[in-house]
Amino acid sequence: MRIGILGAGIAGLVTAVELAGRGARVEIIERAPDHAEACAWVAGGMLAPWCEQATAEPQVATLGAPAVAWWQRHFDGTVQRGTLVVTATRDAGELALFGRRTERFEPIDAERIGALEPELAGRFRQGLFFPDEAHLDPRRALPALAAQLTAAGVTIRYGVDADAARIDADRIVDCRGLAARDTLEDLRGVRGEMIVVRSPDIQLSRPVRLLHPRFGLYVVPRGDGVFMLGGTLLESSSHDPMTVRSAMDVLNTAYALHPAFAEAEILELGVGVRPAFPDNLPRVLRRGRTVYLNGLYRHGFLLAPAMAQQAARLIFPHTTETPACTSA
Amino acid sequence: MKLYDVELASRLLLGSARYPSPAILADAVRASATEVVTVSLRREAGTQRSGQDFWSLIRGLGVRVLPNTAGCHSAKEAVTTAKMARDIFHTAWIKLEVIGDADTLQPDVFGLVEAAAELAADGFEVFPYTTEDLVVADRLLQAGCRVLMPWGAPIGSGRGLNNGFGLRALRAHFPDVPLIVDAGIGRPSHAVQAMELGVDGVLLNTAVAMAGDPVAMAGAFARAVEAGRAGFEAQPMEPRDLAVPSTPVAGTAWLA
Repeated sequence: MRIGILGAGIAGLVTAVELAGRGARVEIIERAPDHAEACAWVAGGMLAPWCEQATAEPQVATLGAPAVAWWQRHFDGTVQRGTLVVTATRDAGELALFGRRTERFEPIDAERIGALEPELAGRFRQGLFFPDEAHLDPRRALPALAAQLTAAGVTIRYGVDADAARIDADRIVDCRGLAARDTLEDLRGVRGEMIVVRSPDIQLSRPVRLLHPRFGLYVVPRGDGVFMLGGTLLESSSHDPMTVRSAMDVLNTAYALHPAFAEAEILELGVGVRPAFPDNLPRVLRRGRTVYLNGLYRHGFLLAPAMAQQAARLIFPHTTETPACTSA
Repeated sequence: MKLYDVELASRLLLGSARYPSPAILADAVRASATEVVTVSLRREAGTQRSGQDFWSLIRGLGVRVLPNTAGCHSAKEAVTTAKMARDIFHTAWIKLEVIGDADTLQPDVFGLVEAAAELAADGFEVFPYTTEDLVVADRLLQAGCRVLMPWGAPIGSGRGLNNGFGLRALRAHFPDVPLIVDAGIGRPSHAVQAMELGVDGVLLNTAVAMAGDPVAMAGAFARAVEAGRAGFEAQPMEPRDLAVPSTPVAGTAWLA
């Protein structure tokens, strides 16, 4: 079967892996010249199904749990060292609330925090450790998947504006994200902002989340003293540059996590607009010969594998995989 | 309850920020039976007109929209935001917030009165987020406000009513001005307390949005507001020092 995939973002690439693995002849058509316009390019790359339970629907953890193993199979830069969640002493209530809404963690004390991340020793009295979670660097993972696909005979055509009607294929999988709003009308954009900094003075080996009543922050280590700082979430589809307010919120909170961030160099301020449906859950749906995979919201790396498998099952109904959720 | 000549059946007003998803927000609004939803221009979508997706979701809820100036720290900023809100939502209603302290987010009452006067003169129907201070309330009314929104406690703190005495005094001084307790309500019992004091309504956001089950909590608040109001209207008894048996003791046998 010949399948044309629209979009070489996280949804398109992961779907290509699943379909090519089932023997399909896959071609990916990407509007941009590379992956840098994908939401995933500015993503945190956290595989944190249990931390996400704090705010997400239960399906996110169910669908996301197998993602760690999927990424370990397909990208050798996947690091499973867990997630550390901390909070300032005066915001201890936030940690208690986070713990009530999540699972698969160990409550830990100051000593254990110091053992896990020596840089944070003495800075926080209590935290939660989610040992099964993992992280990866999206800017290595996307090109790695693309290279793997190319090696497996998948064609990726960059810089091509796709006209689905004219694609010569048996099936189309539309993974265009927000651009698919022309057909999926209830898609909306949710803006996320991130800052990349370099600080040779700080070593962290796993994602750290700092809870705060106003501004949550996550810090994802990229190696070589580079860190991705994120946390803002705005109901907006603007791609405009990051605002001073958002930058201050993120940087202030990073400084609260570790004062050495004050001396870090700012390498990049980035903005991504994620596609989301009204319930913030992803969907796979079929219209004619086209299958749509969209609405990954802030859970691209986490949910793309399960949703791609769901799309693959629609196209190849006779393969056996573990069942996933929402098919509308 | 009548707010600026609009008759409302529900005395609960709900904020639209910080819900897990727009779908849960919509369900919570339905469960709360509210007829007024507040929406922030600044916090949720920045100053650009790029929050259209979210705003059309809010409009689609079929309730009256009360835009707010959350996040504004000066009268000038609040007035600009209010004008932008009027253009976007086609309403003269504005919930006016001028924040005076970054830590407690308490109102800058001086900037509030200034902005209220300017907006009222411009035809806005202003819902000022204020403290329970009587003198400030009086100035706001002079400035043209016909509704007052005193706080219960700082925004998002969930501490309930910090100054019940102050709110009672406000009620007693301004018996005919609609009073909506805005901010600080954390639990349904706080809403009951506020309503039992005789305020006209309650506005809340975080207590519902950040609850484990926002939809169930919205329903709980709807019932709390109704119960508190019914209790107020039914004229509650006054507490006494002496226990009073509810069945007569005369004629009953004393078994020592």
